[in-house]
Amino acid sequence: MPSLHVNFAGIKSPNPFWLASAPPTNSGYQIMKAFDAGWGGAVWKTLGVPIVNVSSRYGSVNYRNSRMMGFNNIELISDRPLKDNLKEITEVKKRFPDHAVIASLMVQSKKEWHQIVQDVTNAGADGIELNFGCPHGMCERGMGSAVGQEPEVLKTIVGWVMEVAKIPVITKLTPNITDITQPALAAAEAGSDAISLINTIQSIVGVDIDDFTPYPKVDGKSTNGGYCGPAVKPIALNMLKNCAQHPGVKIPISGIGGVENWRDAVEFILLGATTVQVCTAVMHYGFGIIREMVAGLESYMEDKGFATINDFAGKALPKVVLWEDLNLKYKVVASIDASKCIGCQLCYTACEDGAHQAIGLTGGTDRKPYIIEENCVGCNLCSLVCPVEHCITMERRDDGLVNETWEHRTETGNIPTTFNDRLAGGLHHTLPDPMAALHVKKPRHYGTKKQS
Amino acid sequence: MPQYKKPMSNEEFNLNFAQIKPLMSDTEAYYESSRCLYCYDAPCITACPTGIDIPLFIRQINSKNEQGAAKTIYDSNIFGYACGKVCPTEVLCEGACVYNHSDVKPIEIGRLQSYATKKSIDSGKKHFNFKAPIGKKVAIIGAGPAGISCGAELSLHGVSVDIFEAREKPSGLTVYGVAPYKITNEEVLSEMEYLEAQYGFKIHYNKFINTRSEIEELQNAYDAIFLGIGLWRSSELGIPGEELDQVTGAVEFIEDLRMQKHQTQIGGKVIVLGGGNTAMDAASESCRMGAADVVIAYRRSHEEMGAYAFEYELAKAAGIRSLFNVMPVEIIGSTSVSAVRFVRTKVEDGKVTVIDGTEFTEPCDWVIKATGQSRQEDLLDMIGIGRSKSGNILVDGEYRTSHHKYFAAGDAVSGGQEVVNAVAEGKKAAKAILKNI
Ligand SMILES: Cc1cc2nc3c(=O)[nH]c(=O)nc-3n(C[C@H](O)[C@H](O)[C@H](O)COP(=O)(O)OP(=O)(O)OC[C@H]3O[C@@H](n4cnc5c(N)ncnc54)[C@H](O)[C@@H]3O)c2cc1C
Ligand SMILES: Cc1cc2nc3c(=O)[nH]c(=O)nc-3n(C[C@H](O)[C@H](O)[C@H](O)COP(=O)(O)O)c2cc1C
Ligand code: SF4
Ligand code: SF4
Ligand code: SF4
Repeated sequence: MPSLHVNFAGIKSPNPFWLASAPPTNSGYQIMKAFDAGWGGAVWKTLGVPIVNVSSRYGSVNYRNSRMMGFNNIELISDRPLKDNLKEITEVKKRFPDHAVIASLMVQSKKEWHQIVQDVTNAGADGIELNFGCPHGMCERGMGSAVGQEPEVLKTIVGWVMEVAKIPVITKLTPNITDITQPALAAAEAGSDAISLINTIQSIVGVDIDDFTPYPKVDGKSTNGGYCGPAVKPIALNMLKNCAQHPGVKIPISGIGGVENWRDAVEFILLGATTVQVCTAVMHYGFGIIREMVAGLESYMEDKGFATINDFAGKALPKVVLWEDLNLKYKVVASIDASKCIGCQLCYTACEDGAHQAIGLTGGTDRKPYIIEENCVGCNLCSLVCPVEHCITMERRDDGLVNETWEHRTETGNIPTTFNDRLAGGLHHTLPDPMAALHVKKPRHYGTKKQS
Repeated sequence: MPQYKKPMSNEEFNLNFAQIKPLMSDTEAYYESSRCLYCYDAPCITACPTGIDIPLFIRQINSKNEQGAAKTIYDSNIFGYACGKVCPTEVLCEGACVYNHSDVKPIEIGRLQSYATKKSIDSGKKHFNFKAPIGKKVAIIGAGPAGISCGAELSLHGVSVDIFEAREKPSGLTVYGVAPYKITNEEVLSEMEYLEAQYGFKIHYNKFINTRSEIEELQNAYDAIFLGIGLWRSSELGIPGEELDQVTGAVEFIEDLRMQKHQTQIGGKVIVLGGGNTAMDAASESCRMGAADVVIAYRRSHEEMGAYAFEYELAKAAGIRSLFNVMPVEIIGSTSVSAVRFVRTKVEDGKVTVIDGTEFTEPCDWVIKATGQSRQEDLLDMIGIGRSKSGNILVDGEYRTSHHKYFAAGDAVSGGQEVVNAVAEGKKAAKAILKNI
């Protein structure tokens, strides 16, 4: 049986699944319920300066029948009294001594930082997370992402915290910045024990096209909020990779952003995280999702022969290289399995209108398209739009003997240098004459005058 | 055996005849429309006789533009709501959906179609701009799907249209013939009302055109006349005993059922003669009316039945029994029917022949004849309209009959198809009439 147990910068946890600092960690009641269900740790809803919230607070991006594919909020930090929170931290730790309780903090002055760090330590928290990420409401008051976007300010504040901290300190980063490694480095240099990323992305989630108000609506007005949920996972993974690959950032990373199931967690771990934090998925489906996450991760580790999380943490990192280090000789082309094809012709229209005119139709009653290999650049598009699993596959066509990168070609002076250079890609593609667009056979839904 | 209790009230009737394609809720429509792949050159469009741009209207539903979806539908098929409910979608659009080729349920196109058009019917939204009057008049005989479709298209193009209808309600067999579990009278009529308000053609009810003077009047007053008269009464069998009480034709029985609902006379043991869709409907309907035993008797084998497989399945689910390869030779009884005498048959080279010495008697309380419909021969002879051997009106590629002033389409020409075919042809005939007047 593999062990899911982690020691994250000195914080011990029975598994790498933590609740992110958010509404699910607003109270001792919720956190006890979560631990009871199987969550390994919880980052308490951010404690700090007193605030008031608005109503309503959330907006959602639904994709067709999938709800909350992206989620946005304009909520602030905890609006509950600090002393109640401290009392509940103590209670939770008493009942769940082996689970990780991390206090998320956000205050302003050095004095306040010193005080609150000591308060949560005395209450029994296992660690501290510094919230330098909130992209709305708090940054206007010089906190949250206002700090996270200024590496120097961040460094100073982490420094204040480290002066008094007796428990591990995690610095939570905002993605609303061009180069995420700058605040990551600043945190590491200031002595932070770990980082966590990403917080939410500044966003407007949608607009009511009848009353012209963006969502979420507050008395006929709205404001930009923080975006999260499954839609942000790719952005989070890339920022995670940037930090994990950076030689100056050697501290542990807690991955956050769109984690919903064990597969997502494995992806974060493969790119260098050693714990993951979850918010939207729990707000959507409740604490019970942890069972699938733990069971899935366990059986994955068993299948792969990984005994601990560290056995595979960062295993995908060597596979992420610069574009110039990719093999230009590698060549794949699309291949349709006619026995699986249902004849929707989405691949045809995608390649015809959105790619390289490398798919043809027979025009007869047989609706199954065919690949025109000479034109196929191996972009993947058709295989991505095909609604049938494993129907379009990408087949390798080069001999696999030569590895030639842009870097190599630059060194040997073998790169195209002018716009019409014969070495440029794309010159050998057969493109139809532009005027042909007006004459080709088009089905009814194109609605053009030149119909078939 | 049928499991239905005889309905004693309108409510009980509606329960026994519960809609097999009920209206979708907003949620169901949203989820179902999400599944459509938006196929290129979609096969569902090709399979629809009226060529509705199905992926487009489904996409419009999905982006919450239901009125736009309804417009897309009405643009091709003005019986959009009714067709969504009564079309045999299993063999049309839904049968062509690419999902059938994987193990995934095809898109419920019919129900989505009724969902969208209902929004327009309820709101009364008008979708089309009408051409200025062109100073031409067309008379239409028959306010069935063919006649109304033709009339709507002509109105749209500025023609003044008068429709003469023998009955008191519009839509032809849609309200008088289709099985009540496919669509209710209220549903049919609300769409008709919506169409009449939108298109402005005039329907003159209770105007049965059957005299020479009426015909001459029409010929003098109108630039063209369209025959959308459908088929006529149920065919006679030509065997003894047909005149007995409780021996009825299927279309007459169904018309009664649609109008009288739970008060329709039927019950006990019912024998339905025939193997087509109408026979299946009449049998299913008898079961739902609480008949104790319903038997379909067909001259040929199971495999040769004209009915769609799903219609036979529906009848079986309602509790019917079937006798194959039997032919009625006599209906027995004093005032009312008490039995049918059959003889067994076999099919040789496609022809039905009786097997001597195999006669048997099947007792019953009712006989429903569903062996086809006759034609209005007198009327057509009076006008001088050429017909095929089976009695269908002959038309050329432009829906012109042998009489230069008359055009025709729908069941009267095809010999009996579906509502959607009549709608498609009525519209095409209108286009031909526009070219010829
Ligand atoms: C029992 C039964 C069940 C059916 N079920 C279905 C189904 O579920 N789905 C489906 O799509 N199709 C079904 N059909 C077929 C469908 O109803 C017809 O194909 C369609 O109605 C034909 O339309 P039409 O306009 O040609 O004729 P009809 O619908 O027959 O309309 C003809 C109209 O003309 C009027 N008329 C006739 N003669 C005159 C005259 N001399 N003067 C004035 N008015 C006249 C009639 O009163 C009638 O209103 C069914 C048919 C039957 C018989
Ligand atoms: C394959 C691909 C190539 C793109 N290339 C460019 C580009 O050359 N120049 C550019 O300004 N944006 C480029 N973009 C970004 C798009 O213009 C657009 O900003 C982005 O995809 C977000 O819009 P979307 O969510 O509708 O895709 C590209 C996007 C895709 C998917
Ligand atoms: S891989 Fe790209 S270029 Fe090749 S057939 Fe598919 S869509 Fe077209
Ligand atoms: S997208 Fe896939 S299923 Fe559809 S036509 Fe292309 S290969 Fe066939
Ligand atoms: S065939 Fe099916 S999936 Fe394709 S467009 Fe038509 S309804 Fe949609």
